[in-house]
Amino acid sequence: MRRFRNPGGIYFLTLALLLYVPIILLIIFSFNDSIHLSFPMKGFTLNWYAELSKTKELLNAVQVSIFLGIGVSMVATLLGTMGAIAIVRFNFPGRDIITALSAMPLVIPSVILGVSALILYREIGIQLSAWAAGIMHVVISMPYALLIISARLAGFPKNLEEAAMDLGTTYWGALLRVTLPISLPSIIAAFLICFTISFDEYAISSFLVGTQTTLPVYLYSQLRFPKRLPIVVALAAILMVSSILLLVLSEWLRSYGQIDIKRGKKE
Amino acid sequence: MENSVSNRVLKLISLPTSYLLFFFILPIGIMIVFSFRSGTMGDARNIFTLDNYKYFLTNSIFLNLLWRSILISLMISLISVLLAYPLAYFLVFRAGPQRIILLTLIIVPTWTSYLLRVFAWKLILSSNGLLNTFLLWLGLTKEASPILMYSRQAIILTLVYVWVPFVALPIFAALERIDKNLLEAASDLGCKSWEAFLRVTLPLSLPGVIAGFFFVFIPTIGEYVTPKLVGGNSLMYGNLIQDQFVKALNWPMGSTMSIAMLVALIVLLWLFTRFVSVSDLLGI
Amino acid sequence: MMNFAVELKNVTKIYSAGRSSDAVVAVKKMDLCIPPNEFFTLLGPSGCGKTTTLRLIAGFEQPSEGEMFIMGKPMTNIPPNQRPVNTVFQDYALFPHLSVEKNVGFGLTIKRVPRLEKDRRVAEALELVQLTGMGQRKPSQLSGGQQQRVALARALVNQPSVLLLDEPLGALDLKLRKDMQIELKHLQEQVGITFIYVTHDQEEALTMSDRIAVMKDGIIQQMGDAVSLYEEPANHFVADFIGESNFINGTFEGMEQEWAVIRIGNQRSYAMMSSEKPAQNAATTITIRPERMVISSPGEQEGPGISGTITEVVYIGTDIRYLLELATGQEIQIRIQNRSKENISAFPKGATVKISWVPEDAKILAN
Repeated sequence: MRRFRNPGGIYFLTLALLLYVPIILLIIFSFNDSIHLSFPMKGFTLNWYAELSKTKELLNAVQVSIFLGIGVSMVATLLGTMGAIAIVRFNFPGRDIITALSAMPLVIPSVILGVSALILYREIGIQLSAWAAGIMHVVISMPYALLIISARLAGFPKNLEEAAMDLGTTYWGALLRVTLPISLPSIIAAFLICFTISFDEYAISSFLVGTQTTLPVYLYSQLRFPKRLPIVVALAAILMVSSILLLVLSEWLRSYGQIDIKRGKKE
Repeated sequence: MENSVSNRVLKLISLPTSYLLFFFILPIGIMIVFSFRSGTMGDARNIFTLDNYKYFLTNSIFLNLLWRSILISLMISLISVLLAYPLAYFLVFRAGPQRIILLTLIIVPTWTSYLLRVFAWKLILSSNGLLNTFLLWLGLTKEASPILMYSRQAIILTLVYVWVPFVALPIFAALERIDKNLLEAASDLGCKSWEAFLRVTLPLSLPGVIAGFFFVFIPTIGEYVTPKLVGGNSLMYGNLIQDQFVKALNWPMGSTMSIAMLVALIVLLWLFTRFVSVSDLLGI
Repeated sequence: MMNFAVELKNVTKIYSAGRSSDAVVAVKKMDLCIPPNEFFTLLGPSGCGKTTTLRLIAGFEQPSEGEMFIMGKPMTNIPPNQRPVNTVFQDYALFPHLSVEKNVGFGLTIKRVPRLEKDRRVAEALELVQLTGMGQRKPSQLSGGQQQRVALARALVNQPSVLLLDEPLGALDLKLRKDMQIELKHLQEQVGITFIYVTHDQEEALTMSDRIAVMKDGIIQQMGDAVSLYEEPANHFVADFIGESNFINGTFEGMEQEWAVIRIGNQRSYAMMSSEKPAQNAATTITIRPERMVISSPGEQEGPGISGTITEVVYIGTDIRYLLELATGQEIQIRIQNRSKENISAFPKGATVKISWVPEDAKILAN
């Protein structure tokens, strides 16, 4: 605790606290025995959580979001892996442009991604649905997958693939037997992050889901009803905790992978 | 057989690239076309008109709002960077071996849904919300007042809250990378510690700071969710675009507005690349 | 007629210009014939093309021109996984996610060698490199020297016709490196296949090789065994790269019996005649090894020699090294073995001395 006894440390603790206050308050008050989210707390109840399981539209939305998230993650991770291998292991004309292109969705405002997709879908006849939104989820999560896997690939040398070929595999065999197994922690981490991005995504989805609501869209729609407030809060609490757990797992996997490689390099 | 190398690259890069071209670049291209059309949802196909642009440029509310949004975004980015820098500095220079864990601690809240966190602030800051009822209960105020709610300040506060952890990351990375020997050399050559900071640490960490700054600045210009939830009457440019597409169904006009924002973004992005190399940043 | 193990005919490799570099000719019209069971080394400074040549033989690069043969069969268009060669990489390239056993057996697994035979061959390979019992460990748990041996075993277990080694000892510390040099040499004799070795360390090359090719800028400067390279360097580069050499400028005066007469300053000296006779009074450079020169006090010995002044005396323990300036202003160095204590102060700094040598030890350099 000593290291916090300086201005920097105090500042850190203050900010850290402020960051967590809304989350913690939300979780605490999800047990509040009252419709209003006001202070002080009126009593402890698990009612709202029980209510959750009875709300059909809610459960539907959860289902939609989960399946969508899995689909999006699979596609985004696959594309991100392919792109990462090409960019890190090869030098080809246009490499810089493609790298920049892959990173651009990170900085384009969601509103533009949403409305431009709206136009595209109408022009080529794609129905608005959760999957329509999912297509764009892949666009925004692919950069993350690409980044995570690139970092991993950069961490071990290209001649591992050459060694495999020297010993008899084809190039694709080398990828399968050497590159992919070594990158597996990062691939899983990328998968989890893409899932979370899709699962939590609202800004783009609001334009594209049509009638097939995802969970964030459903959540937003409930914000208008004060009576529904506690249920929403309970839902929020669950979502927050599970996101955190999922991403802690992802982060642990990612750094576990890095340590493995680093140790292999010691003399 | 030299071709087999380029074959491999082609096979690997073609899927991701075509996906991005088709679902990222193409929609924007179509949007450009739409900005020259007219009609509900742009259905009047065979028209090419500059009316939308004329309307956009002659009615100052559009450019004003765009400009105001840029300024709001600028303020959010600056405040975020200013708040995040000491955080990152503490972690790198004072926190010792636990700094990664502490950094992760700061990052964890960002892993919860953005919507939920904005929503949480809304609950805390609104008239019947936690803050007000807390103060009432304490007897500090006599009646409920929406502090910082439904205003431009609320937008800024909320978005700063969302972005500070994100900005801390590149600054942390940049500070980490600084060779600590350089600081010893500076001290050896006579620098006091604040001088060493200004002359060595700060300049060397600048690429990370700039990267973090632009990473917030550019997407925030188009923000619409937060303004809608906590901004009250204070809206941003993104809300206008959303209205055009969802309420007014005037897609051509909406496209024009989007293109205008894109142009502004491209200029800003170009500015960014002049300061930082993207490949270096991504570590590729 | 016996096939060569590796044959390169007129092989050229050009790397095309990129954004930040011009086109590079890494290997230029190379002809190379390496017989079976030879320890052959490609030696040269970085950038000379030796690693490129190795990678061409392995199949990781394709020649821009020319043809390649391995064991008599054309290999120019065959991918690496189908060539009868295996490579030991510079940083070993062991698969970190596999155990030592699985690493060594990797090539056999790919070829679907039956389990029993695979296990047997892996055990034999581990024994060959003295790593029996380490099979279950992961590469990260081994020392640098041990990792190196795993890389060797992993390559040799496939019974390749040619083994390629890309500066495999570079990461080891000095003593370990010297031990491994001898071990590798013995290994090659034991296994009986061609080793093609790449290094920039000329001492390493001289220690291990049957034949050495010295390379510079993509071209083989000279090829031969250690003795011929050291005693008879073909040009300035080889004379300078292998061991140390003195280069003394003079003019060609003619011949006396079978020796060339070179005038240095205003003194006559003798050297080995070169195959091409220089023109009369042409500027000529001769090269002599520092340990082949003799220092004596002026007038003490008879016979030809040149005079010089000692500018620096360096005591290295095993030798005493002298830096001298000749009457003509050129600088040379001479090494005398430290045979007895008296030698240490025999010729002090500033002394004027006579420098002489046996004519056979001086060679005229081709330009």
